[in-house]
Amino acid sequence: MSGDHAGAAAPLAARVRHLEALLEQRGLVDAAELDRALAAFLARSSPANGARLVARAWRDEEFRARLLADANEALPELELSMGGGLEEQRLKVVANTPDTHNVIVCTLCSCYPLALLGPSPTWYKSEAYRSRVVRDPRGVLGEFGFVLDPAVTINVWDSSAESRYLVLPLQPAGTEDDDEAALAARVTRNGLIGVAPV
Amino acid sequence: MAESAAAAAGRFRAGDRVQASRIDPAHHTRLPRYARGAVGTVVEGQGRYPLPDRRARALPAEPEPVYAVRFAAGELFGAGDHTVTIDLWESYLRPARSPEHQ
Repeated sequence: MSGDHAGAAAPLAARVRHLEALLEQRGLVDAAELDRALAAFLARSSPANGARLVARAWRDEEFRARLLADANEALPELELSMGGGLEEQRLKVVANTPDTHNVIVCTLCSCYPLALLGPSPTWYKSEAYRSRVVRDPRGVLGEFGFVLDPAVTINVWDSSAESRYLVLPLQPAGTEDDDEAALAARVTRNGLIGVAPV
Repeated sequence: MAESAAAAAGRFRAGDRVQASRIDPAHHTRLPRYARGAVGTVVEGQGRYPLPDRRARALPAEPEPVYAVRFAAGELFGAGDHTVTIDLWESYLRPARSPEHQ
């Protein structure tokens, strides 16, 4: 377990600002260009992307199969990608079933599918969540107000390397006739991380 | 980035039993402490990536296979009915001979 995430990030942020200032002074980068690139990345990355993916997978069995087999290949069908950083990251989508529930964490730092979900919630980066969810996921889900049937097995995924994870929740009962937009509106960011049912 | 299964093929296959290294290096590593020495099952290969232990020290690091490895909570923590799947570089793993686990 690395230390306090916020505490460790502060000196790093200062170094980044210093480096950026030097690059600007020497005319190597244009501050406005950096701001435009960041703004464009953030405009594209939002939990709404993940919700659209889930809604499509609920409506379209074949898309669901493609998404689970190779998510990076399936993303362009919705004009989405895991790019935006230096290189495209591998995405793995893990599907909940009536018997198994999936939860995502990064115990070593805070790896998260930023390109699809936007910035991660503060609790996701907290030492409490990162250290406890691998040991007692049922207890942690309970603290989110999500009480799972004891018969359901929990698979926790620790994104400790280069893949990023997204949970495909179970489709709520009674929504079989809803269109994609209505289905997407039901999906929450917490559901995509696995700490909420949907 | 995702690679084809053939291109990503390394020493281990899905279903193989593997044991995580017990190393406690002085340098950076992405082998979580709670997984060290534990025996689990390979779920899938994830492609090849340079070993962070070497990259962080500015040493040459050829891409090597990374695997998702599933561990029973009991193996990791001595209690719990869930599993934890951890992404591990091939250098962190060796074949396990203990089929009685999990």
